[in-house]
Amino acid sequence: MSMKSCFFRTSCVVIALTGALATQAQAQAPDAMQVRSWAAACANCHGTNGQAVQGMEPLAGVSQADIVKKMQDFKAGRKPATLMHQLSKGYSDEQIQAIAGYFAAQKK
Amino acid sequence: MKRRQFIQTSTWGSAAGVMGLSGCATTGSGQGPKVVVVGGGYGGATAAKYVRMWSDYGIQVTLVEPNPAFVSCPMSNLVIGGSKTMADITTPYDNLSRRHGVNVVQDSVASIDPGARKVKLASGGELSYDRLILSPGIDIMSDTLPGLTKPGAQDKVLHAWKAGPQTLALRRQLESMRDGGVYAITIPLAPYRCPPGPYERACQVAHYFSKAKPKSKVLILDENDDVTSKGPLFKKAWAERYKGIIEYRPKHKVVDVDAASNTLKFEFNDDLQADVLNVLPMMRAGAIAVNTGLATANKRWCEVDFLTHESKAAANIHVLGDSIQIAPLMPKSGHMANQHGKTCAAAVVALLTGKQVNSMPIYNNTCYSFVSDEDVVHVASVHRYDADKKTMLTVPGSGGVSAAANELEGRYALAWARNIWADTLA
Repeated sequence: MSMKSCFFRTSCVVIALTGALATQAQAQAPDAMQVRSWAAACANCHGTNGQAVQGMEPLAGVSQADIVKKMQDFKAGRKPATLMHQLSKGYSDEQIQAIAGYFAAQKK
Repeated sequence: MKRRQFIQTSTWGSAAGVMGLSGCATTGSGQGPKVVVVGGGYGGATAAKYVRMWSDYGIQVTLVEPNPAFVSCPMSNLVIGGSKTMADITTPYDNLSRRHGVNVVQDSVASIDPGARKVKLASGGELSYDRLILSPGIDIMSDTLPGLTKPGAQDKVLHAWKAGPQTLALRRQLESMRDGGVYAITIPLAPYRCPPGPYERACQVAHYFSKAKPKSKVLILDENDDVTSKGPLFKKAWAERYKGIIEYRPKHKVVDVDAASNTLKFEFNDDLQADVLNVLPMMRAGAIAVNTGLATANKRWCEVDFLTHESKAAANIHVLGDSIQIAPLMPKSGHMANQHGKTCAAAVVALLTGKQVNSMPIYNNTCYSFVSDEDVVHVASVHRYDADKKTMLTVPGSGGVSAAANELEGRYALAWARNIWADTLA
């Protein structure tokens, strides 16, 4: 998939951004498979591909901007939480962008 | 298992997989690489489902599991406490075969030939594999306590540390205990399956006693120096909710058990008799992993490459869940086993299809403990691969515990269970 052909697609924008912002030694531009694996770690509570069952918030089909805002609010302590304020701090801003992009692209 | 039966199951499962999920191309029709998964708990069932899903149903997956249904260890203490039933914590394997085309075989594995890449089933059949995923859970090392090897001893002195018949049997022992009796639980030195589990169980038994048998006592006899998980939160619950019922005694190493007189013998402390003994002996990786020579850490746990979960002792064999030699601060938990399952599934699919393995896994653990039938405390952590140290490390500044036990997290805990069961099995 060339950058030119997919530049306007959200996922590629995310990947490009993430690559540009990556400063940590271990951080490389995440590829789609890597982002899928990262997102899968949320599935324990939020359902496979973000399709949650009763009692948890679904993430599938939620806009990338909404998920990013919530995660950043959790991270900054602006949004009250039982444990998401603790988990959100384990993810970099770039990782949150990428994971949010993955869920936004899933069927509700 | 008979060959014909195997083929039938496989074909039916695959056909159903295609019907259940539109847009899936090929399934296990005899083509494509073969993965065998041993053990249908949180690790193995998750790996089986995700290998199918992430290979676009191109890799054939056979799951070998002796039990007819999945019984969850998380939430099983609520059965012991009396607020849940066995049915509440049991899920069938149907969806793995129907929706995902996993060939579920009710059997156990007698032996593995890593050179020939074959597993031999207890019923006599044989399965070949390109990659093998072992998620056999734990083995209880009952023979480290000589008294437990006597005939009938293990029917009377239960561990109930594998959810199933013993869970219910322990509940029955508590129900038939006299009011004014003593329930004693012993805890081995960490690492063991589910660090906060014994302390949660003590809360559940005390909760039951406080309602039904208020003169009774719960004794926690811990080989560790202190409570190994959520210590301040559990101690607060014991002091505020179960004062006069729960007594915690650290540094109590059990060396023997006399089942006939219900007596515990310790390395340094006086013998102790109780009405109901709940002894958790040392644990190690499931027997099939030990017998295959994979338990290279203290002869108890299996060392793995955390990028792929491939065994450090045998090529093409991956190990998940409670059987592995854990990374620092990584609990032996069902949630973590599910994360291992997905990490391993992604790597196995990549390896079998010539793609690159994820160079930086990141996943989390959340663990809820019920201190009553409603109120819960949690511990949460985020684990990220460290390329220099070649292990999973917790991300600095992340993770933590509840401020206090609360009912909201009680509801989240039940929702967590529904969601992880669906992620693992549906």
